[in-house]
Amino acid sequence: MPIRNNLLGLVVGASALAGHSPAAMAGEFDGVTVNILTRPGYVIAGRLAERGVEFEAATGGKIVVTEVPFAEIFPKIQQDWSTGTNSIDVGVFAAGWGVELDASGLLEDLDPYVAADDKIDLDDIAPYFREFGQKVGGKTKLLMVDGDFQMVYYRKDVLENAGLEPPKTWEDYLDVASQIHGQDMNGDGEADFGSCIFKKRNAQSYFAVQTFAAPIVQTQGTGQGFHFDSATMKPIVNNDGWKKAFELYKETGKYGPPEELNMDIGDTRAIFKAGRCGLLVEWGDPGPLQLDDDATAVKGLIYAVAAVGSREVLDRETGKLVPVTSENAPHAVDGINYAPFAAFGGWAGAINKKADQKKKDAAYAFLSYMNQAEQSSVDVTIGATGYNPYRLSQLASPDLFVEAGMPQELAENYIGAINAALNSLNMASDMKIPGAANYTGVVLDTELARYLAGEVTVEEALENIEAGWEEITEDFGRDEQIEAQGLALGTGN
Amino acid sequence: MAGSPLRESWGEWIDRHSGTFFIAPAVTLILIFAIFPTFYSLVFAMSRVRFTGDGLKFRFVGFRNFAKQFFGNDQVHFLGRTEPVSILGMLVFAVIVVSVLVWLYRSRKITTWVGMLGRTVSAAMAIFLAWVLGASLLSGNSIGTIYTTLFYVIVGCGIQFVIGTGLAFLCSQPISGKNFFRVIFFIPLMVTPLGVGYAMKMVADVTKGPFEPLLSVIGLENWVWSVDPWSARFVMMVGDSWQWIPFIFICMLAALENVPRDHVEAAQVDGASSIQIFREITWPQIVPVAVTVLLIRAVEAFKIVDLPNIMTGGGPGSSTESMTLHSLYVWRANDIGTSAAIAYLLLILTVILCASFFNYVVIGQLRRAKE
Repeated sequence: MPIRNNLLGLVVGASALAGHSPAAMAGEFDGVTVNILTRPGYVIAGRLAERGVEFEAATGGKIVVTEVPFAEIFPKIQQDWSTGTNSIDVGVFAAGWGVELDASGLLEDLDPYVAADDKIDLDDIAPYFREFGQKVGGKTKLLMVDGDFQMVYYRKDVLENAGLEPPKTWEDYLDVASQIHGQDMNGDGEADFGSCIFKKRNAQSYFAVQTFAAPIVQTQGTGQGFHFDSATMKPIVNNDGWKKAFELYKETGKYGPPEELNMDIGDTRAIFKAGRCGLLVEWGDPGPLQLDDDATAVKGLIYAVAAVGSREVLDRETGKLVPVTSENAPHAVDGINYAPFAAFGGWAGAINKKADQKKKDAAYAFLSYMNQAEQSSVDVTIGATGYNPYRLSQLASPDLFVEAGMPQELAENYIGAINAALNSLNMASDMKIPGAANYTGVVLDTELARYLAGEVTVEEALENIEAGWEEITEDFGRDEQIEAQGLALGTGN
Repeated sequence: MAGSPLRESWGEWIDRHSGTFFIAPAVTLILIFAIFPTFYSLVFAMSRVRFTGDGLKFRFVGFRNFAKQFFGNDQVHFLGRTEPVSILGMLVFAVIVVSVLVWLYRSRKITTWVGMLGRTVSAAMAIFLAWVLGASLLSGNSIGTIYTTLFYVIVGCGIQFVIGTGLAFLCSQPISGKNFFRVIFFIPLMVTPLGVGYAMKMVADVTKGPFEPLLSVIGLENWVWSVDPWSARFVMMVGDSWQWIPFIFICMLAALENVPRDHVEAAQVDGASSIQIFREITWPQIVPVAVTVLLIRAVEAFKIVDLPNIMTGGGPGSSTESMTLHSLYVWRANDIGTSAAIAYLLLILTVILCASFFNYVVIGQLRRAKE
């Protein structure tokens, strides 16, 4: 844990609250307690609690952060708000999940609050996170605390010593992983791993397989999507494109830790910080995480590539793979189709519409405080927070990360990778339709886990996913889902 | 004694119904907190349920939530893979079917029509389970949550019973320090299942756990129990046994200590060996307790959920997922209808198997003990 960054954050945050924030009037929220529900551990939750202490000191509003296992976040919030229990005032979850809650009328409209807030500076938030992450149906319903893309990281020293280039395609990824697998990468005399991906069920494994699938399935730009045929909401998952993604994903296990199937994100982060991973599929966190005191083995050595692509893409008419051409993949570069995946869409806070007005005011003031550049520009430089850059000012230059201790070259690489992903015309968007948590977090996750464990074949897994997704679509109503998908991908009315 | 007729009749009425009054609060509580939710959950099991801004929204779907466990996209998850069927699987299935039908045919002479009905239900369940067994496990296919649950129940209870009874037998002998061991053996039962799960997870860690040096010595340093279905189930059973052996132990110890000493001493005077004494005197007297304890333990074992949830999250794949954990995961995804359907299937399985065990094993042993 980089203590200096935390202290810096506390000092900057306290002064910001005391001096400038519109919600910072001393005692304004005396006696008000805001209950926040989010994921367990220091990641995401820890910084909310720390900032909550600052917030309470400045405004009197008490912030209570409750942590539940990742798979329980969404259902707990949905049950609490739907059934009128209302023990939770703020949920901090995947930006894409908000649409289902909003469809049930459970989210507070934040536009009036934003209009009266002269500190939040929405124009500084990258358009994708501002329009996709924070808005539902054109209205601001969430405030980001994090911006997310999944990228591929590599050990620069290990690849250079092996005379290898960073991977451009998933086949390259496997090739590089196979060549460096078994090398001692941290000098402890033990063989280390070519690839590290968290693959535990009921965690976040299902995001990485989508990172594999996106460049194979999506070719025509962000509006095309890679989960459904937007016109019919028929899943486009039972085809050779997703089959290849599943097979490639499973293949990485040959070069991973033996217990990879039971590893959660915290487990892979621990071993990559110990210098045991040559390649890594992850969100933006490893960039600043390598600056932590317990990551001396990899400090300054973990570089990122925005996206790994594919030389073959899905022909949606036939369900078969075809070589990339300028016609079937107009955004391809040098015969490789890239589709950086905005996995999860970033962590965002939403306010319970049925909460008391005083609580809603305090909740908004706190989320705004977290979101404001003064705080978030500190938080995103601390790997352990789990917060990644989402403001233009954080991505404009590497200075922020250089000041946090990153070597100039690494900071340029890190910011460059995120910017490349964010600016890609073929960026793959995560699901943002009702049922998103079920489509991927339950159906895709379960079948993927069973395929990885050898319980079902890839064909069976994809058939089951197709059937499961159809069932969810029918539950929510096909027409409603078609409309929601159009709005999510920016192609509808 | 003089008194008004009204008062006498009131007092008599109270006396006559006192039993009802005493039992009414308990019955009311059971109706409210057990019976009513059980029937209400049937509504959930036959619906697709959505959480909306106005509360829960039900859509009646009949038995679709049940059917998909047997014929739909959850079939492999619930039953396991049932194709292709091997010759061994078919043979075992055929042998079991013939045996069950012969047993049922013979039963018609020794039981009433109610008993016959019960035996028919038991026979149908046995044939169904035999088909799943033959088509999945015995055909080399993966098993589903139904047989993972039965594995925990049958193999787990068996191991726990043998070890628990053995420890009880040792502690019933006149050895020094036996009171100390009684307390030690009993402690795991008092630990919360969550605590057992996390403790076992640490103990079973092959890279940093206490057995890591031992695994290295025997050449298993690269063995990872959590990625192989059967080793993961085995480790799960070790954890479950660690917690539940004390239950068997304490019950069987009580039974052993109630065996009259004069019977044992008479046998010793007659020159009987220890094995003969246990087989001919001790075992017949403790068997009613033994089968009852097994029944209670089996009912509890059907509900195993904490250990696989904590240690593997049901993985690898769904190989350590019990039916209860399956129901929990589906419920956690807010698919309340399917979750309730799985819970009902577990209830049906538990009731039929435990009632069969009670009728055909426990009652028989109790009758024999009385004779």
